[in-house]
Amino acid sequence: MMEMLAMGKYGAYVWSSFGLMFIVMIACVVQARSRHRKMYQQIESRLKAMDSAT
Amino acid sequence: MFRHMWIFLHKLASPPHFYGLAAKMIPWFYVSGLLLIAYGTIAGLFYAPADYQQGDAFRIIYVHVPAAYLSMMAYSIMAISAGIGLIWRMKLAHAVAAAAAPLGAWFTFLALATGSIWGRPMWGTWWEWGDPRLTSELIMLFLYFGYMSLRAAIDETSKADKASAVLILVGAVNVPIIHFSVEWWSSLHQGPTLVREGGPAIETAMLYPLLGMILGFTLFFGALLLARVRAEVLHRERRSRWVRNLILGESA
Repeated sequence: MMEMLAMGKYGAYVWSSFGLMFIVMIACVVQARSRHRKMYQQIESRLKAMDSAT
Repeated sequence: MFRHMWIFLHKLASPPHFYGLAAKMIPWFYVSGLLLIAYGTIAGLFYAPADYQQGDAFRIIYVHVPAAYLSMMAYSIMAISAGIGLIWRMKLAHAVAAAAAPLGAWFTFLALATGSIWGRPMWGTWWEWGDPRLTSELIMLFLYFGYMSLRAAIDETSKADKASAVLILVGAVNVPIIHFSVEWWSSLHQGPTLVREGGPAIETAMLYPLLGMILGFTLFFGALLLARVRAEVLHRERRSRWVRNLILGESA
């Protein structure tokens, strides 16, 4: 088991690559979701402000 | 037949229809993409045999190649969308181009970073200035950044669409340069593994996890792109009646 995880003498290189992949994937999902939420909330507050003004 | 297809495409390109349809498709893209990535990661790390030359270091290929492929795929999608947006003045096409840019930048970064990590034990260096493959990929990262800064600098959406579309189309010459750089010039970078004359030069136990990763990354990218286009469409249509009804409810 430990031998498999060690990746020969390349453990640090292999695991950091997959770790980086994981981080980028999470960052992409979080960014995409927060962008949609931001747009939605911006429009919502503008529409509500407009409605209360009239 | 053609008429039906045209009507379908027209409907697809209508913002409210796209917005709703994309929401239904996103979970499927995420789930199928993540399943394939999970398979590719496990099979690539633990079941594929070690390379006879590179040992276990070759396993970085399972991140590096899909990331590099997507970095170019995202750019191609942007160039095609930018072209369609300019020629047919289709607003959704510009939205797609704008939405793909940050994703392309992320995957280009991932390709460069994992390439650097792979290069250290194999070539003895993190980075080689002047190497054609490395340099052209780095230029692509700057093209993505340039595109995003240009868009951010122009307030009016339609002007930003046009100016950034021209930038991305001019920069498109870089895509074939990246692909053929290892054949045209001498490079530290190894030649193509999959897309080459005579078929893939890799054994099946190594190949299937790689194909799984590439397809999984593509589906995952599809989900991210749809999610970002939805945000983009919402912003562009912020003054329309359908967005108003969507957010305040039908009664409003």
